[in-house]
Amino acid sequence: MGEVIVVTSGKGGVGKTTTTANLGTGLAKLNKKVVLIDTDIGLRNLDVVMGLENRIVYNLVDVVEGSCKVKQAMIRDKRYDTLFLLPAAQTKDKTSVTPDQMKKLAEELKQEFDYVIMDCPAGIEQGFKNAIAGAERAVVVTTPEVSAVRDADRIIGLLEANEIGKTQLVVNRLRPEMVKRGDMMSAEDVIDILAVDLLGVVPDDENIVVATNNGEPLAGDSSLAGQAYMNICRRIMGESVPFLNLEDKRGFFAALAGVFRK
Amino acid sequence: MKLTDIFKKKSSSEMAKDRLKLVLVSDRSSCSPEIMERIKNDILEVLSKYVEVDQAGLDIKFTQMDTEGVTSDSKTVPALYANIPIKNMKHSAKN
Repeated sequence: MGEVIVVTSGKGGVGKTTTTANLGTGLAKLNKKVVLIDTDIGLRNLDVVMGLENRIVYNLVDVVEGSCKVKQAMIRDKRYDTLFLLPAAQTKDKTSVTPDQMKKLAEELKQEFDYVIMDCPAGIEQGFKNAIAGAERAVVVTTPEVSAVRDADRIIGLLEANEIGKTQLVVNRLRPEMVKRGDMMSAEDVIDILAVDLLGVVPDDENIVVATNNGEPLAGDSSLAGQAYMNICRRIMGESVPFLNLEDKRGFFAALAGVFRK
Repeated sequence: MKLTDIFKKKSSSEMAKDRLKLVLVSDRSSCSPEIMERIKNDILEVLSKYVEVDQAGLDIKFTQMDTEGVTSDSKTVPALYANIPIKNMKHSAKN
């Protein structure tokens, strides 16, 4: 029996879709059977980040409406045999799917997959409710900016209210050099404010842009972001993985700087 | 604010933290004026049994305060701030 995870953030553009794609890629690399569901109906994106946009025949709305079987709509990844994508519909709107339907779909898929990962749209309306409906666990993505952290706080509250068992945070697009000179909140600062468990820190990395250009998520490659995502995947599987060396150092220096400033 | 704070400029990340902490207090309390009014009335009702309260000077609100002692790391927690001026003690309650 698999686990259903929702990747969410509240604010748009903080890296939910990139995180979802990399979780899928990383977990598949670790020999897990994974299906990614793009729940952002009307604005689908996960397909292009995964590089699978040319293979779409059916979509999520077709599945819940019964126009096709789940198996027909799922697209196998180009590189990993155990990774699948269930794309969103581009021409429908968010009300085409209900939370109950999503819950049923999640129940069905987790019989077969180790991980069912929902890519949640921005906002807290119907799309959000659909995405969290079947989830047992949440990964909240934020960047170290006031607007994103504020929205993450709101989302964490809503996840609690909806009794999502486990909520963990990914701090995305961290720039160590800015943290060092006191111009960006550190992951520790963000955790301190949000009072939530840290799942991982992903540095701001140009390789992410290149990977998205190519439609090949970089989890597991030698880039810093690739390593960070792989560590996140291991932690999702329950392994205890130390945070990247660079981040440890940065955390230490940030703490040191904090002491001297006082 | 300490006197020394005036002479040193806060880093922008500290500014961000401070601003976030403040904004999240009001976000988190998500206390509608309606609920606030009910809390106020309930407190008044209880207090009125024992003392005479100056209703005009009443000030009750959610705010944040630092946790004291226990650990060295300073954390702020939401707190209910209430300033309730008392006009008179009701002597009957003393017995």
